[in-house]
Amino acid sequence: MNSSEIRKTPLNAIHREAGGRMVEFAGWDMPVQYAGPMQEHLAVRTRAGIFDVSHMGEVEIKGPGAEETIQRVTCNDVRRLAVGQIHYSALMTPEGTFVDDILVHRMGENHFFLCVNASNQKKDYEWIRDHAGANAEVIFRSNDFAQIAVQGPRALEILRPLTDSKLDAIGYYWFTRGKFAGFEALITRTGYTGEDGFEIYIHPDHAVEVWTRIMESGKPLGLEPAGLAARNTLRLEAKMALYGNDIDATTTVLEADLGWICKLDKGNFIGRDVLLRQRAEGVKRLLVGFEMVERGIARDHYPVEIDGRRCGVVTSGSPAPYLHKNIGLTYLPKENCAVGTEFHVIIREKPVKARVVPTPFYKRAKK
Amino acid sequence: MYPEENLYTKDHEWIHVEGDVGIVGITDYAQHELGDVVYVDLPEVGDTFEASEPFGSVESVKAVSEVFSPVSGEVLEVNTKLEETPELVNESPHQKAWMIKIRITNPDELKEMLSADEYEEYLQEQSGS
Repeated sequence: MNSSEIRKTPLNAIHREAGGRMVEFAGWDMPVQYAGPMQEHLAVRTRAGIFDVSHMGEVEIKGPGAEETIQRVTCNDVRRLAVGQIHYSALMTPEGTFVDDILVHRMGENHFFLCVNASNQKKDYEWIRDHAGANAEVIFRSNDFAQIAVQGPRALEILRPLTDSKLDAIGYYWFTRGKFAGFEALITRTGYTGEDGFEIYIHPDHAVEVWTRIMESGKPLGLEPAGLAARNTLRLEAKMALYGNDIDATTTVLEADLGWICKLDKGNFIGRDVLLRQRAEGVKRLLVGFEMVERGIARDHYPVEIDGRRCGVVTSGSPAPYLHKNIGLTYLPKENCAVGTEFHVIIREKPVKARVVPTPFYKRAKK
Repeated sequence: MYPEENLYTKDHEWIHVEGDVGIVGITDYAQHELGDVVYVDLPEVGDTFEASEPFGSVESVKAVSEVFSPVSGEVLEVNTKLEETPELVNESPHQKAWMIKIRITNPDELKEMLSADEYEEYLQEQSGS
């Protein structure tokens, strides 16, 4: 792979035909928007949206040493995963920080499938390979899959006619393997929007047909293509972290408020000693959600001040199209993290008041 | 599309001149590029700006765009309606979404600006490049 070359997913021509505005993202030529982020965001919250997420990376781990390898390189406990189940986890550095945040799918007793961030796929693969046990085979699979996400309250209804698999029976964060639109597919009930929905992994050669069939099924139900801009505001409303913004190799899993994926009692894993110490002593800073109290929109990288003292930056900030608020994430000193605490975001050199709020900002109603 | 009675900048602002007062906004092209406008930040009455200095900003879900003063002068009035209804920038960029009225201190600055025809030509050149 030539790193200076911008890569195209198999759906590139489809996006252009649909009026997608294309931008470079993590080395890929991707649609940032079609009709506009506002409309696409609201479509996903109220009906459904379809996303090309073929830029995401995939790594497979199999062999007698596979489980032991995953246990060592991630902080969540894969022994709790049944075959067919998925969990959110992190690849760890020895400092307890993120190599990446990932989804782990248990395909079999000793067979795992990881979905990883586009920008990290090579690094992740090499990291796992270099830390794998002797009896684990680590395979880079990113070139073997296209991935299409269908998200929103009508996702199930849209996808049901396209497969014999019983989609209703797939629980949240479970998957099935079966035919989708006639092609071999991995169908997972996961997503990065805070809505119900599915992510479908297929061979790149079948991506155009699968996308087209989903659009045909979904059009009458209000399905719209959605780009990276809507994906970002949707995940932010749901307080799902973005690698490179909210989490990276300088932030620990506990600082990122992801204690729930940190199974410190599962046995040894890379970074565990740091996290044990941090949990015993308490973290010094924590990722919190905030909303703007005064007029102004907090954007990524804007400075944050408490009582006139610079304490960090906005890691993600945006208008929240569904909530009609201006929201964001930032790391604050532990003593300033209580809900209701006020601080300032510096917007064009002016301090503008913000307040720590409970997260997620948006949570879908349970059916 | 672009009202003949206005002058235009290459930063996509328009100015309508009445005596020594200029009414300033952003062009239809600019609002279209931005997408749904969700926030408009305007100066205070009495603030003064040099030509080409940013006097405010317009934000969509995705982007922040500064708005530059076409001329030097003092702000006489701001369109406070845009604070509550920023979508006017999309709906009526050349009429209802005027942003500021400014006292023009150096009328010579107007000479460098584009007519409606020249602005449209400029847009075509830009899209061709």
